[in-house]
Amino acid sequence: MSRTTPWEKAVRYALLLAVLALTVGPFLWQLSTSLKSTTEDVYTSPPRFLPSHPTAHNYAAVADIIPVWDYALNSLKVAAASVLTNLAGASAAGFALARLRFRGRRAAGLAFVAAVLVPLESIVVAQFTMMRDLELNNTLVAVVLPGAVGALNVLLMRNAFSNLPYEIEEAAVIDGANVWQRFVRIALPSVRGTLAVVAVFSFMGAWDDFLWPLIVLSDPDRFTLTVGLNYLHGTFQQDPRLVAAGTVIAVAPLVVMFACLQRYFFRGVGEGAVKG
Amino acid sequence: MKHVRTHRAASPWLFLLPGLATVTAFSLYPFLTTLHKAFTDALTLTPGAWVGLRNFRDMAHDEQFWVALRNSGLYVVLVVPFTVLLPLLLALLVQKRIPGVTFFRSAFYTPVVASSVVVALIWGWMLDDRGLVNGILRVLGAGPFAFLGDEWLLLFSAMALTVWKGLGYYMVIYLAALAHVPRELYEAAAVDGAGALRRFTAVTVPAVRSTMALVGALSSVAAFKVFSEVFLLAGPTGGPAGQDTTLVMLVQRTGTGLNGRVGYSSALSLVVFAVALLLMLLVLRADRTRRPE
Repeated sequence: MSRTTPWEKAVRYALLLAVLALTVGPFLWQLSTSLKSTTEDVYTSPPRFLPSHPTAHNYAAVADIIPVWDYALNSLKVAAASVLTNLAGASAAGFALARLRFRGRRAAGLAFVAAVLVPLESIVVAQFTMMRDLELNNTLVAVVLPGAVGALNVLLMRNAFSNLPYEIEEAAVIDGANVWQRFVRIALPSVRGTLAVVAVFSFMGAWDDFLWPLIVLSDPDRFTLTVGLNYLHGTFQQDPRLVAAGTVIAVAPLVVMFACLQRYFFRGVGEGAVKG
Repeated sequence: MKHVRTHRAASPWLFLLPGLATVTAFSLYPFLTTLHKAFTDALTLTPGAWVGLRNFRDMAHDEQFWVALRNSGLYVVLVVPFTVLLPLLLALLVQKRIPGVTFFRSAFYTPVVASSVVVALIWGWMLDDRGLVNGILRVLGAGPFAFLGDEWLLLFSAMALTVWKGLGYYMVIYLAALAHVPRELYEAAAVDGAGALRRFTAVTVPAVRSTMALVGALSSVAAFKVFSEVFLLAGPTGGPAGQDTTLVMLVQRTGTGLNGRVGYSSALSLVVFAVALLLMLLVLRADRTRRPE
């Protein structure tokens, strides 16, 4: 471990490249398929990895079949709303649980622990019945609401705030800062790493969610991307180029977002923000 | 500090309000209604009457339930060993600060970032009768295999997909744990002439044992609740003759739509909850044994 021979180095990089091919390769194959023209055979054996005449035609064609850009916009709305509500709601609740003393704190904390223990999959039908009674089913609001403030995010924020030293707040109390000022000016800026983790997980969770939107949305105009892709797959399975174009549209924004945030993300995770 | 009033009595509750309201209204309350409906014959449009344990007795005679339970159970048994071991090896591979390693770490995380619908469609295309995998196998003189046509091959393909998608997620958890393993342990082992395999079994595994337990429990809960991967690869009806239906697929299929049997579906949901809770308790136990260190 202490000394690395060139041989060891070569083996390490060879393994890294092999894993890279396994993890990223399928995405590139999908990208390649989406760029192949309708005249090019996509079923060749041996497989041809690069499109012979790259074309963006499939991206236009998939938009003719399903309103894929509207679906992307719906997903974006849902994901953006979820990030905002989770950042605000989870940090406020986490702050109260970690930094304020009051009667009922233990009970409030237990409510969030109990909510973590209830898997979403076991209550979707009840949630659906509830949304129908509220006449919210088939709306994007109904898609956002159940995950608006994730219980796990609240617990993550509570952990992050608990780890802050008390001295930094003491000085502010003596200076006469009220709770809100201490929360916004002192506590929040100290937990940026965890906030990034919560933001990334909320965005991914909302953008990638499938089971709940599948159940609560029935009108094809309101679909999010995942539900829309399932519909495209079911109806137009025969042309893999179109499905490929659809999946690239769904995955590209996330890859870009993650590439931009990965430094903060891995740092936040390294701080021990995510234990699982 | 303890006796200084730092805030008004109502302040904490104002901070808690959005979170507490969401969690109560959309997790705890639906759980209570599920608990209640499981003992009724409620349908989507009728509230239903109390029927005692009838839903659970029906379950015992429902062939679909046993198939679904078998599939979800098999998913845990066959997926978890891989999700515990492979990401650990991967973490060891990217742990060392060598040029380009940050790139590899992020790249290995790509399948986690992509939605399960997207990766299932990508795999569905790769595993097509005339897709990439069969194309490569044919060059090697094997196949073609009906990955998506055979009941068992389909289930195994979905499992492989789940393992593949989880690699990066659990790798990150292991990376955090490995960062706390003292380097001296490895150096001492190297001085003693321990080879790579011996260092792995004698130093790494004992040092991250509790994290392995945690990953094992987390991934078993996730594996038991599998839905999207199988739903997309096998189709909404669960593959040939419905033999690839998982428990959550059954919950979704029986409980939704205009003719949904909400009562029966709620009873199925309770089974999902009970098993998930059991596996979750394993998480907490793993976490507790880790604390005193």
